[in-house]
Amino acid sequence: MATAPARPADERVRNVGLARTLLNRPELGAVTGAILVWVLFAILAGDRGFLSLRGAATYLEVAAQVGIIGSAVTLLMISGEFDLSVGSMVGAAGMIVAIGIGEWGWPVWLAILAAFAFALAVGFINGYIVVRTRLPSFIVTLGTLFILRGLTIGVTRTVVGSTQVGGLRASTDNDPIAALFTAQIGPIDVAIFWWLGLAMIATYVLMRTSFGNWIFGTGGSPIAARNVGVPVARVKIVLFMATAASAAMLAVIQVLGAGSGDVLRGEGKEFEAIITAVIGGTLLTGGYGSAIGAIFGALTLGITRQGLFFAGISSDWYQAFLGLLLLTAVLVNNWVRSRALKGG
Amino acid sequence: MTATDASRAGTPPAGEAPLIEARDLTKYFGSVIALHEVSLHVRQGEVLCLLGDNGAGKSTLIKALSGVHLPDSGQLLVDGKEVHFESPRDALHNGIATVYQDLAMIPLMSISRNFFLGSEPTNGWGPFRTINLREADQVTREALKEMGIDLRDTSQPVGTLSGGERQSVAIARAIHFGAKVVILDEPTSALGVKEAAVVLRFITQARDQGIGVILITHNVNHAYPVGDRFTILDRGRLKGTYAKSDLMPADLLEHMGGGAELDELRHELEEAAGVDPQPPKPPAGSIAPHA
Repeated sequence: MATAPARPADERVRNVGLARTLLNRPELGAVTGAILVWVLFAILAGDRGFLSLRGAATYLEVAAQVGIIGSAVTLLMISGEFDLSVGSMVGAAGMIVAIGIGEWGWPVWLAILAAFAFALAVGFINGYIVVRTRLPSFIVTLGTLFILRGLTIGVTRTVVGSTQVGGLRASTDNDPIAALFTAQIGPIDVAIFWWLGLAMIATYVLMRTSFGNWIFGTGGSPIAARNVGVPVARVKIVLFMATAASAAMLAVIQVLGAGSGDVLRGEGKEFEAIITAVIGGTLLTGGYGSAIGAIFGALTLGITRQGLFFAGISSDWYQAFLGLLLLTAVLVNNWVRSRALKGG
Repeated sequence: MTATDASRAGTPPAGEAPLIEARDLTKYFGSVIALHEVSLHVRQGEVLCLLGDNGAGKSTLIKALSGVHLPDSGQLLVDGKEVHFESPRDALHNGIATVYQDLAMIPLMSISRNFFLGSEPTNGWGPFRTINLREADQVTREALKEMGIDLRDTSQPVGTLSGGERQSVAIARAIHFGAKVVILDEPTSALGVKEAAVVLRFITQARDQGIGVILITHNVNHAYPVGDRFTILDRGRLKGTYAKSDLMPADLLEHMGGGAELDELRHELEEAAGVDPQPPKPPAGSIAPHA
């Protein structure tokens, strides 16, 4: 009995076919990019371990690190804002964990809680300044980038007398909370599960909840969104807080994993996160993007960085590669978007 | 046309209260008098056209009606009861919705996501509450069909719609969410002839459903066919309100203040061309000043 279609087909709806539907997805560029760099390095470094399980585990780990921030940054960028302070936030939150545990003897859970609380507060301040002053978030968070990094270096040297805190392993090795962030499942780092889990949550929020609809609306046209009752300011502030929290998440994983904190951790991560989002199909102007795309964006970055390593190419070339990927992605995504609007 | 005609069309008759009525609204911006004692009203199933040249105060007036600006003096009445709008949200709760020309829709979002933006239908509970996209699609399709627009695929981006369709969807959305009065700010000014006709036809459709429409335009050609009454503003003051039966399109343009200038222009052009300046007067309504 269930053979009759739920509603009669409209004769004006052309069956556009799977290939065309896929061509209109924002993720297209990222998936293609990830496959292309994988094939490239499979050819260049396939016999040097790139294709082994251990090889896969390393590029997934690199992808996970940038992807954890990338998911949150993607949502923030879809809402039309940037956060350049995430890299500094990784350093600051990391030092809170390292000093808390290593210098002041805090339990691991307290140090982690403090790092997240600090990050949420800074995220709130970022968001509040942006929505109240209507200044570009690029400038506001450029300010926070330097403030946070400077404070981290200054405070750490004052408290500890150096810019690094090590020897955390003694306190974290048998801690069950620490294991949540550092465990290995076979060759696979638990960070990879955090990354995929957060990306799934981001996708769910974006595609299936009212809040996700508001994110698109806020980025697409803040005035139109406000006219129909979307709390634009609240959406932005929540996303700034989520972005800062994702930086704290990465900081906890890095510091507990390495057993040490360094004030310079996370440098440049803000740009890698933006590149992840853009390769993933997110528009710099907001209103369009995909958290699934960001997964493939992060994967592309991870494969490229580790691929160069396995191919024996000096990592000096990594940044040039990254820039090239970014430019290609922007061109491809522009084309995809104009196609989507033509309804082709 | 006499002053008594104008005052008759501008005063609400006894009986059923108008959906919205403004009495002697005045708005200052610093030393500038943007509006000076302007009154108007709209009844159910009526199209009031608000006409005037750039700077006549049309925008200020609709912003006062839609809760963006609080007037400095004067009264605003909805269904005969005095109201004070602190925000566009207040106006919306009172059934007054404003559709702005370029700010109605978000091009990269789907039609149904746009339609329900800010009022999404949901399933489930708490953090697991999800948008009911199927219901959104279905309701959007039905709401539009009710208003005479039979859309193709509501999951397509709004950017794939034509300008006229986009305005129509925005109007349908306002009505679906309970608007009794729809204020349209220059809905046709960026559109071609055919597209403008789509929107104008849609406006009459809304009127026939009992909606009160305030149509802001400075194009007499667009206003005359659909308007029931015409309120003309000039330099922040009410120049008059006229019923359609009382005037011709040419009168309308004359009243808007553009008539004299256009006559002068015609005169100059003819002199320059060496033509005897006594040709038959073309219908003035056919020349519309452009944004």
